[in-house]
Amino acid sequence: MTTAAVARPAARRRGAAVSRWLLPMAPAVLLLGLFVAGPILWSGYVSFTNAALTGAAATDPEFVGLENFRRLFADPALWHSAWVTVVFTVGSAVIGQNGLGLLIAVLTRHRNRLLRNTVGIAVVSAWVLPELVAAFALYAFLNPEGTLNALLGAVGLNEQDWLYSAPLLAVILGNVWRGTAFSMLVYQAALSEVPTELAEAAEVDGAGALRRFWHVTLPIIRRSVLTNLMLVTLQTLGVFTLIYVLTAGGPGDATQTLPLLMYDEAFELDEIGYGATISLVLLAVGALFAVVYARTLREEV
Amino acid sequence: MSRRSSSRLVGALLGVIALLFAAPLLWLLTASFDAEAPLAAAVPGRFTLDNFEQVLSWETSLRPLWNGLLLSGGAAVVSVVAAVLCAYPLSRYRLRFRRPFLYTVLFATGLPITAVMVPVYSMFVRLDLVDSMLGTTLFLAATSLPVAIWMTKNFMDGVPISLEEAAWVDGASALQALRSVVLPLIVPGVSVVGIFTFINAWGNFFVPFVLLLDPAKQPASVGVFAFFGQGGLIAYGQLAAYSILYTAPVIALYLMVSRSLGGAFTLTGAIK
Repeated sequence: MTTAAVARPAARRRGAAVSRWLLPMAPAVLLLGLFVAGPILWSGYVSFTNAALTGAAATDPEFVGLENFRRLFADPALWHSAWVTVVFTVGSAVIGQNGLGLLIAVLTRHRNRLLRNTVGIAVVSAWVLPELVAAFALYAFLNPEGTLNALLGAVGLNEQDWLYSAPLLAVILGNVWRGTAFSMLVYQAALSEVPTELAEAAEVDGAGALRRFWHVTLPIIRRSVLTNLMLVTLQTLGVFTLIYVLTAGGPGDATQTLPLLMYDEAFELDEIGYGATISLVLLAVGALFAVVYARTLREEV
Repeated sequence: MSRRSSSRLVGALLGVIALLFAAPLLWLLTASFDAEAPLAAAVPGRFTLDNFEQVLSWETSLRPLWNGLLLSGGAAVVSVVAAVLCAYPLSRYRLRFRRPFLYTVLFATGLPITAVMVPVYSMFVRLDLVDSMLGTTLFLAATSLPVAIWMTKNFMDGVPISLEEAAWVDGASALQALRSVVLPLIVPGVSVVGIFTFINAWGNFFVPFVLLLDPAKQPASVGVFAFFGQGGLIAYGQLAAYSILYTAPVIALYLMVSRSLGGAFTLTGAIK
């Protein structure tokens, strides 16, 4: 992968040493510095102030030291949100998207084209839609007068207001519906690289389908599983729009994940400084996963 | 269980999965053509194109779609240009900071961007960039840059350096070699990067929702939401019609990408 600077006249190469990488890389570095690293550092600063949307604290925020952090960690809303976030992420990303994506990839392997494409199109459609449209479609689907209840009613089951009676389950299933395509595509690509001879040899030795999967296939696609788990976890930690449209964090605070809590504190309750503190916590959790993710891919660089 | 019956069982299971995934989307289609659209998917009682006609006005849909095009198109162009320029030295030269730089970029691809929206807003207030379409475009470009750089570098690594040597011998500079030798070979890959940036920006709701307050500057993603949040009676048929207008470009672009390159291929650049 590494490509050397190759045989070029030594004098020219030295003369252009800095400019030949500095100039081309400058736009990207500037953009990343200003709009990605900048906000992260800025949130570090803002979280030590009482910055607000309106009033005196908006134009001239005061330095308040660790006050936001003290308040945050004593705030039951934070711990509740952290818990909801864990349930949402484990339920919809780790178990839901990852598990269902793997299952679909395994089941569609070696199936006829028609079936494979039908499933593929249905699953990918939910994923390709703009997040807001997907959220509307789900909102209509789960509404008391929506398609789900119409279907349930048709087979004689109880109709109910899903977003009210089972809000957390509803947003978890919503996120599974929306995000499974990603895991499915990752696993379909990974499985296509597993040589069939291995599984066949194991079959000759008398291993059943489950054992073949566990002992032959899974070890080969291990890296894809790790990468996928990391990515879907990170994507799910940041989910905002889906929950905002479906339940806006409610009813009460039943579906208030950390991004929703952050939004509420900063923009609904006008406390930018406090909101930035929550965003630091969220970033820290994300960074932790991102480090593990970057490390598992280390040898690729 | 015999092989045939287990194969039937798997087939049935896959059929159910496909139906469950398609079910929520059915409503969008049926409601948009229904004069009195209910919230459940149903064959339109009175088939009509009225819903589309009613939302097709400058203020309701055309301006937001145009704004979305400016924001997402701008982000895609900026992101692709910056990524190509940045990836070239990373792919071609032996730089001391190459590895740390690539780790940092890889790390940044994983950060949840949602988490920075509060500090970004507060920073934009200070820089007087709230309600600036240029600022929002640059932010959208920057957030997709890590993945774009990563993918572009992978594509460039696939181009043998011996091709450039010939150009160098002829006296071409590095940038000339990039433009005339490398770039033509990675056009398919780079267009995937551009299209993905566009699709992501087009579908992004949270970023413009926070950074653009003036309805005249908001893209379709926020425009649809205003429609939804108007309170009182929501005209579901119009909402569905608007959603379809707003979704169509994304579907078209996605089909283009997956046709020419295969769905899985597009992921390998970011994932592998």
